[in-house]
Amino acid sequence: MNWKLWSLKKSIWVFHVNTGACNNCDIEIVNLLTPKFDVERFGIKLVGSPRHADALLVTGGGTRQAAVRLREVYRQTAKPCVVFCMGACACGMGIFEKGYHMAGPIDKIVKEVDPNAIIAYVPGCPPKPETMISGVVKALSAL
Amino acid sequence: MKQHELDNRLSTIEDKLIRIERRRAPSAAEGAGDRVYLLCEREQVFEICRFLFEDLALRFVISTGVDAEDCFEVLHHFANDESGCIATVRAFIRDRENPEIESITPLIPGAEWIEREMHDVLGIGFKNHPNLRRLILDDDWPEGVYPLRKEVQT
Amino acid sequence: MTEAVRKPVLAVGPFHPLQEEMEFFQLTVDGEIVTDIDVRISYNHRGIEKLSEGLQFDQVPFLVSRICGICSASHPLAYVQAVEEIAGVEPPERALYVRTIINELERIHSHLLWVGLAGHFIGYDTVFMWAWKYREPVLDLLEEITGNRNNYGNVKVGGCREDIPDELVPKMLKELDAIEKKTEMLTKAVLDDPVIHARLKGVGVLKKEDGIKFAVTGPTARGSGIAIDVRRDDPYAAYSDLDWQVISQPEGDVFAKAVVRLLETIEAAKMTRQALKKLPKGPVAVEVKEIPPGEGCGHAEAPRGETFHYVRSDGGNRPVRHKVRAPSFVNVPSFKASCIGESIADVTITLAAVDPCYSCTERMAVVDGRRNVIHDYASLLQMSRAKTTRLRKEIGAPEMKLEDI
Repeated sequence: MNWKLWSLKKSIWVFHVNTGACNNCDIEIVNLLTPKFDVERFGIKLVGSPRHADALLVTGGGTRQAAVRLREVYRQTAKPCVVFCMGACACGMGIFEKGYHMAGPIDKIVKEVDPNAIIAYVPGCPPKPETMISGVVKALSAL
Repeated sequence: MKQHELDNRLSTIEDKLIRIERRRAPSAAEGAGDRVYLLCEREQVFEICRFLFEDLALRFVISTGVDAEDCFEVLHHFANDESGCIATVRAFIRDRENPEIESITPLIPGAEWIEREMHDVLGIGFKNHPNLRRLILDDDWPEGVYPLRKEVQT
Repeated sequence: MTEAVRKPVLAVGPFHPLQEEMEFFQLTVDGEIVTDIDVRISYNHRGIEKLSEGLQFDQVPFLVSRICGICSASHPLAYVQAVEEIAGVEPPERALYVRTIINELERIHSHLLWVGLAGHFIGYDTVFMWAWKYREPVLDLLEEITGNRNNYGNVKVGGCREDIPDELVPKMLKELDAIEKKTEMLTKAVLDDPVIHARLKGVGVLKKEDGIKFAVTGPTARGSGIAIDVRRDDPYAAYSDLDWQVISQPEGDVFAKAVVRLLETIEAAKMTRQALKKLPKGPVAVEVKEIPPGEGCGHAEAPRGETFHYVRSDGGNRPVRHKVRAPSFVNVPSFKASCIGESIADVTITLAAVDPCYSCTERMAVVDGRRNVIHDYASLLQMSRAKTTRLRKEIGAPEMKLEDI
């Protein structure tokens, strides 16, 4: 295995990007930090800058206004990185698929910047915190 | 203000209106759930809103812009919290080519955002609005496309 | 770059989660003092009003429950009330009680969420962890009733989608007792804390006149002495059968809003308990055949304020116009009145006091034109926390290192 990928899998730091979500996935992500789920015991930590992050947790379907900013955030993230599409909207725009102000889905937006981006999908509306943890573990074991 | 008092006060401006419509919410409790619709032409809208907001001290709730095929409608919703009544000023803009109506933002600062939103999504102009910049659509949205108009299909 | 006097601008945003309106704030600052504020939204505009015109009347509740994840009980309720007004449908009594219970449970978890985040912003992560731990059982209860922790979408035109099973009632009562006890303890701990008094009192004052001009609703209005509450003023669901009080505070500062929210949480637990005890027997929905032409207004008191929906029907199976007014749409512009004249360190909590969401603190960049210093989010949070530490020293509270907070 590539040593960069190997090192990515230990204690990943994540940056949270909202691209037009309804908050549900966002609350559940913040919920992961609180005593009931407490992902910091696995070394997973929310950080304040994409430059410190190993993974992007993207929520929301990607509105036209947010898509430009998402590409910029992806460019700033240290590579290699994993993009997690959290929730139905991020995976395939969900119920907002036909909206006139949508530019998503997330994988399409990210692949415009980097066609080889590593993208993982965690479906659900919203995914339960347990699902999110399981999704992150599965994606990392598949690397 | 009790409901009968509100009704009396509203009837004093009847000459400015096309008509008044009254309804009730079916599941509302006793003494609540009244809905009053004040239909008027666009020229009267500022004066009526001033009467409701300043003289009657009703609370501004929000405005709705409607593309009603043959005209545009701007609805200003007000609430009388004491009697649980929602009074809606329903103004008709007959000119579809160049829809314009008087802004109520100089009167009610809380209406600034919703008028900007209606300007974005329906293309209705607001005379005397202090700050009619784009609010709700993205920076790259094409000029002259108004997504909430009926001819725009999603 | 010319030497001309440029007004230093503080950019807040644009990415910050937890609300349907993702905002981008531009604060014009003079040194540490904010002199003007401008807001740009659109980041989260998904075109829900247009989407709703393409859905059938019974599909729309699932769409509007996804307007905001935290208000996912009050948005569908307001919509359904508007449609019931058009159709003249009266839902069965049990449905009204189930709606009340779900809405009050939502209020409990939403207010606890706010208290936690507010604590986080002023450097009290203990409050954050406590409050979020206490809201977990509420989410579990909601999952047991509706099948989802958030986004319940439990109402439909003519009643409710899921009933509360009778065997769940004793468990809910037990959980409510526990939540109420914990919230009372949290309320006492928060409201008696001299540091929180020093940090929140007199900060971000929204005067009553300004509140009326900006048409604010919910705890933002009630914290400024405007005692409005749709649950009392235009009673819907089963609120007129319950014994409860509208909480309001005259001061208008952040502390008053915190008091309103904490006391409302306890009030909500009491109301839920009453509603559970009175829960009548019977069906939870009536059949609705068709929606006649007409228009209707529905409003409900969401945790953040009044949620207002206007629906127009032409007799077909889809609404021809559906207007949604979320409470933050009128609460957020009131920053123009409450933030100006505050110091940057206090803006975070002032913005948060309206509960717009995560209060835009996700990422900030402050450009100080005079000294040419750039502050990022971390340093702003540091400033906010350092102020807490300084105040702590001034009033002689036990010393805490910044790292401990």
